Amino acid sequence: MRWRAEKHTPFLLLSPAILTILFVVAIPLAFSLYTSMTPYKLTKPDTINTFVGLRNYVRLFSDDKFWWAFGRTILFLAVALNLEFILGLGIALLINRITWGQRTLRTMMMFPMMFSPILVGFQFKYIFNDNIGILNNALQALGITDGSIAWLVDKPLGMISIITAEVWMSTSVFAILLLAGLFAMPRDPLEAAKVDGCNPWQVFRHITLPFLMPFAFIAMTIRSLDVARAYDIVDVMTGGGPAGRTEVLWTLIARVGYDNSKMGEANAMAYVSTLLSVAFTYYFFTKLVAARRYMGGAE
Amino acid sequence: MASINLNTVVKRYGKTEVVHGINLDIAHNEFVVLVGPSGCGKSTTLRMIAGLEDISGGEIRIGDVLVNDLPPRKRNISMVFQNYALYPHMSVRENLGFGLKIAKRPPDEIVRRVDEAADILGLTELMERTPAELSGGQRQRVAMGRAIVRQPGAFLFDEPLSNLDAKLRVQMRTEIKKLHQKVKTTVVYVTHDQVEAMTLADRIVVMKDGHIEQVGTPMEVFNHPVNTFVASFIGSPPMNLVPARIAGGEVVLADDTRLPVPGRLAGRVTDGQEVILGIRPDDMTPVGHGIHDSGEGAMLSLPVELAELLGTETLIYTRLAGQEAQGKMFDPRDVEPGEVLEFRVALDKVHLFDAGTGRSVRLD
Ligand SMILES: Nc1ncnc2c1ncn2[C@@H]1O[C@H](COP(=O)(O)OP(=O)(O)OP(=O)(O)O)[C@@H](O)[C@H]1O
Ligand SMILES: [Mg+2]
Repeated sequence: MRWRAEKHTPFLLLSPAILTILFVVAIPLAFSLYTSMTPYKLTKPDTINTFVGLRNYVRLFSDDKFWWAFGRTILFLAVALNLEFILGLGIALLINRITWGQRTLRTMMMFPMMFSPILVGFQFKYIFNDNIGILNNALQALGITDGSIAWLVDKPLGMISIITAEVWMSTSVFAILLLAGLFAMPRDPLEAAKVDGCNPWQVFRHITLPFLMPFAFIAMTIRSLDVARAYDIVDVMTGGGPAGRTEVLWTLIARVGYDNSKMGEANAMAYVSTLLSVAFTYYFFTKLVAARRYMGGAE
Repeated sequence: MASINLNTVVKRYGKTEVVHGINLDIAHNEFVVLVGPSGCGKSTTLRMIAGLEDISGGEIRIGDVLVNDLPPRKRNISMVFQNYALYPHMSVRENLGFGLKIAKRPPDEIVRRVDEAADILGLTELMERTPAELSGGQRQRVAMGRAIVRQPGAFLFDEPLSNLDAKLRVQMRTEIKKLHQKVKTTVVYVTHDQVEAMTLADRIVVMKDGHIEQVGTPMEVFNHPVNTFVASFIGSPPMNLVPARIAGGEVVLADDTRLPVPGRLAGRVTDGQEVILGIRPDDMTPVGHGIHDSGEGAMLSLPVELAELLGTETLIYTRLAGQEAQGKMFDPRDVEPGEVLEFRVALDKVHLFDAGTGRSVRLD
């Protein structure tokens, strides 16, 4: 009977992890997948028993509002992630240069990550408020503008304000990982490149940047997994409004699901949004794996 | 192609000075080896020539151009680093061609020159691999290839062989020598291995604590060391150094062993002078027991402490006036510890150094 015990031991030992994943991930996922195929309404619990197949999805895909939110989400992701990468890289390069007070700066840099997105949302809501916001206040005090600018209401400005808040909150993820990359960077190839004829920009472009890309991909992977945290920011700052100008998938899902209590349709959207996130994650992860291949055993 | 001149070159890190005003003239196409113990400033000197370290004082010229304030890329040099410093994200081909690409050479010329270098170094099969997929010796060759592709005025090597195993090191040493004969260029080569220095160099520069102790051909440095440091550093096994005193035309050791002062040094020492006697193990050979005796020089009877068979010769550890000393038996036979052997000392090859200054009495 021994072989039997041995065969089952690994599963036994892993059972806490397996159970946790089952209850926390697999079952909710399966449940929401199922409800996305029902006309489930929170106000009419019985509707959960009606199976309608892909009808919710078909309806979504022919809905302009959904596609606008979808497009805005992609735009939001693309702009925010790229900005965070560029700013994070800049910050990491600067901090890497500093020899005095580096530890303090490194810690300070992490502060934005410690805020909950809701707080960040409120903070920027007050900064950008058209009546009492400090941004308008400052602009007027400096005489740059006379009227107040409706940062959170205006069409492009609304999106820009939200992206600013998101970038403020998450740039440090990039900065920290890229800084770790810079610390791990071997000095020799940089010197070899200098001797090989590179000016400082060429050294950065041909040696430093390729070396940092895996770290950037790690950051991108992490960010595309948790980027939905930005829901709180959007919700607090504009709530997706006014008139849906800043509506992204996440706010649309919440509105349809809770305000309109159409849980089935909301879940269908949530599935699309999850797949989108998985697609981004997968894309960056493959880039990461490809980039890591050469980092392998090379000194 | 270029000569290199160092004129009272100083390097300071903050307040500590690590290179103290060294002077060195390296001729066009010369192979010069900087050798010395760890921390003596060899790498620092080389890196100042490369432009990777600022020069705190003095002047460096490459091909008669003052390069003190030129960045490395404007010095027309190539460097091979101790741990190769290959670009990890580039293939061997890209590594080799990188310098030419930066210099904006036409693509067909890059391909031609890279292939040529790969051919010289036997890298043709490995061109598409990344550095992570190469062995240590292959990486080493890529690093050298990267240096020669650019056809610079001078090559700088910083301990290029120290990460290789003993056998490969010997093999690469010969390859570097051959390479220098094929690609005639000025070479500055740093090592702490005196065998490498002896075999590769046109001229050896022996350094210690940021000073140059001696510059000369391998034979000069080996046969006429200027002081006890060079004497003990160059040559393997090292020269035996034994304190002594001059009395009545004789060198008297602590245990009253006496050797005549060699004729060529007779006028260079005075009675009562404290000296250090230097004898290379090669010049202290046991005679008797069927081993041929040349019949010249002085004799010493010394007990064997340990015998090390090296193949064609046996190294004999003994004690001379209380000091550890080594002799060599060129016609090996079995020797037992404790056995007393008659050593013949080749007096014409014996060195005397002043005990106070360490300088060879030959120079005073
Ligand atoms: N960045 C630095 N800051 C302060 N001191 C340094 C620095 N780099 C080197 N040194 C000192 O300069 C001296 C010479 O160093 P260098 O690297 O030239 O020695 P080396 O002869 O190449 O030794 P090794 O054979 O161990 O490589 C050493 O005493 C070292 O401690
Ligand atoms: Mg060194």
